[in-house]
Amino acid sequence: MNTFFQTLIVGLRLGSIYALVALGYTMVYGIIRLINFAHGDFIMVGGYTMIFTVPVALRLGLPAWVAVLAAVVVCSLVGIGTELIAYRPVRKKGTNMTALITAIAMSLFLENLAQAIPSIGPNPKVASQIFKAGGIHIGSVTMEYTTIITLVLSAVVMLILYAFTQKTRLGRAMRCVSEDKAAATLMGINVNSTILLTFGIGSGLAAVAALMYMAQYPKVYTTMGSLLGLKAFVSAVLGGIGIVPGAVLGGIVIGLVESFTTTYISSSMADTFVFLILIVVLIIKPAGIMGKNVGEKV
Amino acid sequence: MKKSKVARGYFLNTVVIILLFTAFQILTSAKGSQGSFKLVLIPSIWQCCYLMVLAASLNLVLGFMGQLSLGHCGFMAIGAYTAALLSLACERAELFEGKSDPAFILVLFSSVIAAGLMAAVLSLLVGIPALRLKGDYLAIITLGFGMIIINIINNLPFCGQDGLALGSAGASLYKNGLGFGSKAKVQFIWFALLVTIISLALMFMFIRSKYGRAIKAIRDDEIAASASGINTAKFKVMTFAYSAFFAGVAGALYACTNATLSTSSFAFTNGGILNSTFVVVMVVLGGMGSLTGSVIAAVIMFLINYEIKNGQWVSALPASLSGIFEYPMLVYAVVLIVVIMFRPKGIFGTYEFSLQNLIPDIRRALEMHRTADAEKKEANGNA
Repeated sequence: MNTFFQTLIVGLRLGSIYALVALGYTMVYGIIRLINFAHGDFIMVGGYTMIFTVPVALRLGLPAWVAVLAAVVVCSLVGIGTELIAYRPVRKKGTNMTALITAIAMSLFLENLAQAIPSIGPNPKVASQIFKAGGIHIGSVTMEYTTIITLVLSAVVMLILYAFTQKTRLGRAMRCVSEDKAAATLMGINVNSTILLTFGIGSGLAAVAALMYMAQYPKVYTTMGSLLGLKAFVSAVLGGIGIVPGAVLGGIVIGLVESFTTTYISSSMADTFVFLILIVVLIIKPAGIMGKNVGEKV
Repeated sequence: MKKSKVARGYFLNTVVIILLFTAFQILTSAKGSQGSFKLVLIPSIWQCCYLMVLAASLNLVLGFMGQLSLGHCGFMAIGAYTAALLSLACERAELFEGKSDPAFILVLFSSVIAAGLMAAVLSLLVGIPALRLKGDYLAIITLGFGMIIINIINNLPFCGQDGLALGSAGASLYKNGLGFGSKAKVQFIWFALLVTIISLALMFMFIRSKYGRAIKAIRDDEIAASASGINTAKFKVMTFAYSAFFAGVAGALYACTNATLSTSSFAFTNGGILNSTFVVVMVVLGGMGSLTGSVIAAVIMFLINYEIKNGQWVSALPASLSGIFEYPMLVYAVVLIVVIMFRPKGIFGTYEFSLQNLIPDIRRALEMHRTADAEKKEANGNA
């Protein structure tokens, strides 16, 4: 029973990291119908930013997690830059397919550029301790502080994001653009700046996810984002792509599946099960768990 | 009238291919034992052969059907392992002795076909759920599939990194027939060329058949295509399986070319020449919708890769520049972005090379050039 609860906690923690990344995917997909393959690499950018800023924060006498603020800014700038330099020109004249290929190329570009930069290099870097070690013991189950902070922080971020998209003017503009670009333009919404804002927020979330990830696995390497990003995208598809609560649900499900497979079946088969679930869901309910089937207008 | 033109085209192509093939065989038998021919040119041709088949097979899905598949190397891995395991089984059963045994040629052909069939059957598992849906689901599912298949191959007891090598990783394929050394590569170069030519011809014929026209219609407008009575899901799954078949064939050729098989070489991205992204680069560079383009782009990318790895000029560059070439994927990523931005059609667009239409094509191109010149002159005159 203890193993079960421990696995559950690990799964929830992993799931909330996936959920944070999946939010970025789902927001961008919702607004421009593009799988932003480079999103996983924004996590890597955030991770390396923190590698360089955590020592600065410690020297100034601040707690280590303050470094995440710098990472959020850098990630948002990288996200906005990617949209401006690569995606927007391609989207203007290309098709859906060319945009998708550009996204893959951007992902490769970021990964390999990071390797080519001398102060980063291809070898993994070890991150310093971000949150206090130790935890709360309930019976024989341990809840580490890192886990608690991860769970609480992700929940808070998700609630803020949900409130933002539902209640504020900007959030409403965002939902309008994702529904109908032409109509949004007629209503006086600046479509391009709304897309930029989406990229900024989505990429900023990747930095928060990077903080959580590093708090748990204190290692940063240039390809850390690719598998993480892929699983997060699977979560977004699973929950229903383009839907904010769906991404959270999908992330939690994928996290639980992964941790339970690792504990009870085999650690090397965990990824296989994640993708099998994706395939099964797409067969049964193509729009995802929370998605609605929408007929196509001709 | 039209039928006879098609027949004449096939006849012309067959004759030319046979002539070239014979000429190459004579050249090989004359110079087969010489150093650079044996050690550089022939292995390069082997590599180009599987890259061509691979790129052309992805183009069926990416260029002609308009669906992105990011796990194409997964099918290649299936093909490579199937061929290797089959030839290993034949060797264990003592069906052939050494590479000069005529039975070996039979084994060789049957392993290539088995590799293709295996890949095609497994592609149905992916294709049927993914291709029923519209949108980019195929990209993500195939990406996942590419990872799963590597995971599974690694975990299967009879293949993977342990099983095939029987404890010793190196030179595992030499023993069971596949994995040709440089001498066997010269000896069997006809085999690589034959398989490549047949595969490319089958793909060309597929594109020009009614099935090819149907998938092009699906690419251009799925709703209109289904309204015209095309069963879109069926055609998409069928094309995907057809494409996977040739990816499997390319995998079998890969297993012949390389001494060892390692699942890491079939990943989504890695530093080597072979990964699913690299194949996408080849197809986009050559032109989505032009098999000619894919074939030529495969050769170009092979040469670029070869030069980056072995060229003298790289070490002559200043240190800051040659550092970039340590990460060839960085170069390919930039190439991909530049091509997509400035020439989304690729080098060839949808142009297909054809012997029969070569002279009219050139004449038309010259004429267009001339009219463009004349217009320019006229515009200048008016100004």
